[in-house]
Amino acid sequence: MSVKIEYHKFDVVVVGAGGAGLNAAQVASQYCKTAVVSEVYPTRSHTISAQGGISAALGNLEEDHWHWHMFDTVKGSDYLADQDSCEYMTRLAPEMIIALEHIGLPFSRTPEGKIAQRPFGGHTAEFGKRAVKRACYAADRTGHAMLKTLYEKSVDQGTHFYSEFYALELLMNEGQVNGVLCYDIQNGELHIFNAKAVVFATGGNCRVFQTNSNAHINTGDGLALAMRKGCSWSDAEFFQFHPTGIYGAGNLITEGVRGEGGILLNAQGERFMERYAPTIKDLAPRDIVSRSMALEVLEGRGVGPNKDHVLLKIDHIGAENIMEKLPGIHELSLVFAGVDCTKEPIPVNPTAHYQNGGIPTNYHTQVIKGNMDGEEYVPGLFAAGECASASVHGANRLGTNSLLDLVVFGRTAGEQAAKYAAENSLVGLVDNAGSEGVANINKYANANGKHTFGEIWGELTDVMQKKMSVFRTEELMTECYATLNELEAKMDDYKVNDKSSVYNLDLIEALELNNMILVAKACTSAAILRKESRGGHFRDDYPDRDDANFLKHTEVYLEEDLKTPRVDYRNVRQKPISVETFPPKPRVY
Amino acid sequence: MKTVTFEVFRYDPDKDKEAYYDTFQVELRRPGYLLLDALNQIKWELDPTFTYRRSCREGVCGSDGINVNGVNMLSCMTKVEDLGSDHLVIQPLPGMNVMRDLVTDVDDFFNKFITVKPYIIRKSPNPDKEIYQSPEDRKLLDGLYECILCGCCSSSCPSFWADKKYLGPNAFLRAWRYIVDSRDEGAEERLPILNDKHGVWRCHTIYNCVEACPKELNPTDAIVKIRKMLLDQQI
Repeated sequence: MSVKIEYHKFDVVVVGAGGAGLNAAQVASQYCKTAVVSEVYPTRSHTISAQGGISAALGNLEEDHWHWHMFDTVKGSDYLADQDSCEYMTRLAPEMIIALEHIGLPFSRTPEGKIAQRPFGGHTAEFGKRAVKRACYAADRTGHAMLKTLYEKSVDQGTHFYSEFYALELLMNEGQVNGVLCYDIQNGELHIFNAKAVVFATGGNCRVFQTNSNAHINTGDGLALAMRKGCSWSDAEFFQFHPTGIYGAGNLITEGVRGEGGILLNAQGERFMERYAPTIKDLAPRDIVSRSMALEVLEGRGVGPNKDHVLLKIDHIGAENIMEKLPGIHELSLVFAGVDCTKEPIPVNPTAHYQNGGIPTNYHTQVIKGNMDGEEYVPGLFAAGECASASVHGANRLGTNSLLDLVVFGRTAGEQAAKYAAENSLVGLVDNAGSEGVANINKYANANGKHTFGEIWGELTDVMQKKMSVFRTEELMTECYATLNELEAKMDDYKVNDKSSVYNLDLIEALELNNMILVAKACTSAAILRKESRGGHFRDDYPDRDDANFLKHTEVYLEEDLKTPRVDYRNVRQKPISVETFPPKPRVY
Repeated sequence: MKTVTFEVFRYDPDKDKEAYYDTFQVELRRPGYLLLDALNQIKWELDPTFTYRRSCREGVCGSDGINVNGVNMLSCMTKVEDLGSDHLVIQPLPGMNVMRDLVTDVDDFFNKFITVKPYIIRKSPNPDKEIYQSPEDRKLLDGLYECILCGCCSSSCPSFWADKKYLGPNAFLRAWRYIVDSRDEGAEERLPILNDKHGVWRCHTIYNCVEACPKELNPTDAIVKIRKMLLDQQI
């Protein structure tokens, strides 16, 4: 491969064009020259798949308060979230929703013309007393409506787009982040974007699991790039297994189905969530519902020939209601389960859905490096969305808080990056800038060994599904880690058959696979060392939460070999900005 | 296990002087096997040099519009068994420049969509709260806002093939989505663009776009309504 590189200079470069990246870009573009680089065309980013809603205490249908929302978020996180970030996000939520509405997001409406709201898992009134209608939505296409609105707004603001550009390396000069190296998928050319500030908004990595709700592109590339430059992955062991993935396919059925009245049934036709969460039942947070479903199956009450899943019933709310509020679900059920949900229940089981942790930031989205002794900033680097962790999700994210996270922290990242660019001059590139990324892509472009993507990705997702998903033990995870090491070794005997410079998906998949193995190793090492159960991390060998030893963020760094994870910890910021701390309590719903 | 013959369009500008077709036998490994499963099977097991676009795998990101036996569709939402044939000819979307295999150049398609100013244009000041919109006004956006920008409509349209500057059904659908939005005040800015000689009058109302849309939207209806609005203005 040639090493001819084209150079660009920008004030701000945003990596990733989902909701967080586009909101950052449209804001930054109002102040300075801003570029977005994205592996796919912006409207094809994974935010497009978000269905059920975005939460904000607007109180359009009943009394609500941001402080209640903040409490729910902290409790939902199993007390691992940073409470200053939770206060920041939930307080800003109403004005963010209004801002999205003003730029055109086609929210569903109440009879008097306000933004409509529906209940969602874990969202309650008066600090846990009853479910509350807090999720604003556009039918069951909220993410789709949001992403297109933000894309169109950023075009209007003059953002410079570089679509189908795959990021290879985060660039630094003496500790200062100053750009990114990219590969143009359409023609194989290399580009360096030299910028005063860089925003990472690169999304999640649930493609490491066999059953997942994620797009092909959700392979943890941004995490891997940041970790190779000394950043950590905060709370890496916490994934969200969404309860209602379509059985066999993993595609998501929104929690909005339960928000609109849907219920989960076991083989005996029993609404089993009444036993696990007597107050809010099927609208308990996702970690609790997923684990309850898995227990039903373990105890022999699953449905189907293998008794390995449960049913989601929604037909009782009426076909007209379903077609108005959940039309996308009707279509997905037909295609992926062969079921008409206006007449029959949908077969579901948990599906890997969301990476709760990420590149750690404060609530100003400045990337931080830290341990139990303190924190420092990474100058010039900001992060937002699923790839980042301001930490508002902790050990378990509440439904609808992901879209809120990405618009709130996306906007903050855009503002902060623009401010940083205004206050600092451009730091030049080092002499051999991009050489690590170039070496990595050349390694795979010329790879002529034995193993291929289909084989290794199959083994990776199989072992992660069997040994690192809803139930975990020391033994299973240790075996998982050993397998991951074997897969990593196979990457040195890999074969990329495709040698074309044009749309070489074989090469991109090799780079993604290499990143997926790295992040799989990182989260597995973190999970082995967290000897407790909290939120989405449930261990059969340590079934209880252990606040005395583990009320702290995990921070996974890489050793100097850039392959071996090193697990460290950092204090949870339990002090909010203006209100009292919510001290840890047992999570009962 | 049932197998289906996939006759696939191939072209790599790095090595091919002209396009050709490759034939693969694809196994349908479960009921409801999707076209995208079949394309992945070809790539991951039979020929890793085969290339195509895909992302969300559930019919919302719009990456994977392709042409199968002459009809445009999304590979991730189409069951092979529903096509009712043991021999499928797989081609890139027609009327667009082919970059490689099933991958087309979509920059022109995206650029045209942007020219109709697809965003809310407000002249009145915004209220502190949301701009109220009645459920009836909101309902006007149904069937319009769901477009996923896959290009199945425009690339099925003979006017789009013949006139390289024709904006295409997708752009008109998007323009109409904003014109009918009760919050928008930008119709006057959009109508001259739509009234251009490469605008709505190029449509011959043959409804290919309606047939092709995988989300069952109706761009022709939007075009007819835009025309009516243009005519009403002249009167």
